[in-house]
Amino acid sequence: MTDAKVIPFDEDSRARRGAGRSRARAKTAKSANAAGTAKGPKTPAKPPRSPQASPATGAAAEHGGLASVPEAGAAGEAEPAAGIPAQAAASRDAGGQEARTEPSQGREDAAGAAGGAEEGADLTEPVAPSLGAALTGVADRLLGGHWERKVASGLAFLRRRVTGDYEVDEFGYDADLTDQVLMSLLRPLFDTYFRVEVKGIENIPAEGGALVVCNHSGTLPMDGLMAQVAVHDHHPAGRHLRLLAADLVFMLPLVNELARKAGHTLACSEDAQMLLERGEVVGVMPEGFKGLGKPFSERYKLQRFGRGGFVATALKTGVPIIPCSVVGAEEIYPMIGNSRTAARMLGVPYFPLTPTFPWLGPLGLVPLPTKWTIQFGTPIPTDTYPAEAAEDPMLVFNLTDQVRETIQHTLYELLVQRRSVFF
Amino acid sequence: MVGKVVLVTGVARQLAGRFVRRVQREPEVGRVIAVDAVPPEHDLGDAEFVRADIRQPMIGKILAQHSVDTVVHLDVSGTALGAGGRTQAKETNVIGTMQLLGACQKAPTVRRLVVKSTTSVYGSAPRDAAVFTETTPVKSLPSGGFAKDAVEVEGYVRGFARRRPDVAVAVLRFANILGPRADTPLAEYFDLPILPTVFGYDPRLQFVHEDDVEGVLLVATLEARRGTLNSGTFNIAGDGVLLLSQTARRLGKPTVPVFLPAVTWVGQMLRTAGVTDFSREQIRLLTHGRVVDTRQMRETLGYRPAYSTDETFCDFARSRGPGLLPPDRMARAVDRLAGVLPAAVREAGGADARDGAGAVRS
Repeated sequence: MTDAKVIPFDEDSRARRGAGRSRARAKTAKSANAAGTAKGPKTPAKPPRSPQASPATGAAAEHGGLASVPEAGAAGEAEPAAGIPAQAAASRDAGGQEARTEPSQGREDAAGAAGGAEEGADLTEPVAPSLGAALTGVADRLLGGHWERKVASGLAFLRRRVTGDYEVDEFGYDADLTDQVLMSLLRPLFDTYFRVEVKGIENIPAEGGALVVCNHSGTLPMDGLMAQVAVHDHHPAGRHLRLLAADLVFMLPLVNELARKAGHTLACSEDAQMLLERGEVVGVMPEGFKGLGKPFSERYKLQRFGRGGFVATALKTGVPIIPCSVVGAEEIYPMIGNSRTAARMLGVPYFPLTPTFPWLGPLGLVPLPTKWTIQFGTPIPTDTYPAEAAEDPMLVFNLTDQVRETIQHTLYELLVQRRSVFF
Repeated sequence: MVGKVVLVTGVARQLAGRFVRRVQREPEVGRVIAVDAVPPEHDLGDAEFVRADIRQPMIGKILAQHSVDTVVHLDVSGTALGAGGRTQAKETNVIGTMQLLGACQKAPTVRRLVVKSTTSVYGSAPRDAAVFTETTPVKSLPSGGFAKDAVEVEGYVRGFARRRPDVAVAVLRFANILGPRADTPLAEYFDLPILPTVFGYDPRLQFVHEDDVEGVLLVATLEARRGTLNSGTFNIAGDGVLLLSQTARRLGKPTVPVFLPAVTWVGQMLRTAGVTDFSREQIRLLTHGRVVDTRQMRETLGYRPAYSTDETFCDFARSRGPGLLPPDRMARAVDRLAGVLPAAVREAGGADARDGAGAVRS
């Protein structure tokens, strides 16, 4: 498969803009690719949402793949300049490979796979009128290659939302909303603003439960959200980090609603245990408010790790503990003071005073654009201990310390490697 | 051998009436004694109706006279039948249960007791775990209303179980009961043309279908099947969870978010207007929601509900007319929006919508 050259789709759509004829062909290539994605042995593609829908989709995709052979050949004779038949063939051969080499694109393809496949299957697309073609061209230029698929999936999403046709789990996790909206809202912050560098994501197992233990800092719990985006966007198996949050989160209106829908739940052993038993990746910040609201002078000094309840829960469920170190979150809101009076009045654990907040009002809420690194460390197995290990306080304390030390050392290492706070 | 003699309380209600009609068809049941203070409007089949108030000692005589061996106590509910209101309901729930249990304790023939309870005994608070199991310690006990009655009823039942260890006691904590014939406060709430909700909260709700209520009561009343145990406390709910916003969209009803401090006031207004009984516990339910774990029901009691939460709600929604914003019309509006966009989107959208609809409906 060495000849399988990866050609991004953007080129595809750019070439398509030339003639109306080539559109069907480009689609065919796309559908062939979709077939490859669907059939590829180890694709990062999410499985189809329903088991009943999948056979039909698969069949359609197969048709698309077969149909593309003569069509691509014919188009190649008509337009030798574009060099697309080779691409169609290549993408057909290397569909699986391509999906692996381009994880993000692969995922997007999978989302639209059904659409592409069905289009390819019937091949009865009428030639678009000239106005439509012009509009398509403009939109292509403005919104980038996949705009019609994006708009279509947006509309399908809207349709599901207005009719209430989506599912939430017992904890209120709304996967549809999280994938389509919440993650898209956080992604610019993750990619462009904090430029988060993710290391060691492969330490999170592809399946089964795992407990990710993170340091906590930054006055507002941005680090948790960024870790969630890191796991969601960078993990090859597309896993979701289910965060455990303080009860304050579930008391605030709007915040609790969004937190539940994003898959967070209350930091208590019952919820954590239930999630871990179901094989979810659970994220916990044992420092809690002590870590979140510590003064700027104590940055990167880990606070006490609670009472080690997270270790006991991991021992009970036998899941590995994955230490996670976040560098960069400490400096987003440098907390130089704490107004106890205001905190007491508002009923919150601390009221931060930063160089900008509350002096500049809402403008003071803009975090500093620091450069972040999130490092997931080597998993610490817990299934080697006997069943009653969770009841052994010494073992729990020792493991807690081990996790804490690991995170603290990784933090120091990352800090030494860091060139500057902002770059 | 003569079959079991089953005594059912609170038969003037729809659900209990259905259970009475169902249980008498069981071969191991010989006679069914139906008890209530008010004569039922529905047919009770071959059951013998005895008009008796369970708050009176007369109930003891009935137990002895018919040598009852199974007591199914269904007269625990949030609203009183007919006039009387909350005080009347509380009297029946608490004093009635005390009298009935006292009578049972004196009746040597009684071998089995089944009590209807509710998952609202867990309360709902932001500090609670997301999913309640039967043994979850409750952080904030309900302060009043039906939930508190149920807590007290369960307390008396526990005391009874201690004093009469030879009686098999099953306490069934039902989630919100819905179905085409439901007349619970929550069903009344869903009947409002516009649903007031609490601003900034989207509670998780669980429902159990009327048919499943009947089914699970039957399992608890009859002899336990092999490999199952039908005494103890069980959460009864359909699979899955619906958010309040989701239920509103499926009913096609617009929602009006109300700020939490103003909610009590709106609730009082609605109650005064006689529209619905907007009790405090219901407001709490509609603020924080409540989800229970049903593993015990599946594994120990051996009951698998026929309807999931989703299906229960669909069945309920079908029985009520369309709301102001029916989901199919909303879907058509989105399709029309897709229609004005260029052809390419329409195609991809059509395929996606088909895919999406198939995925969710299946």
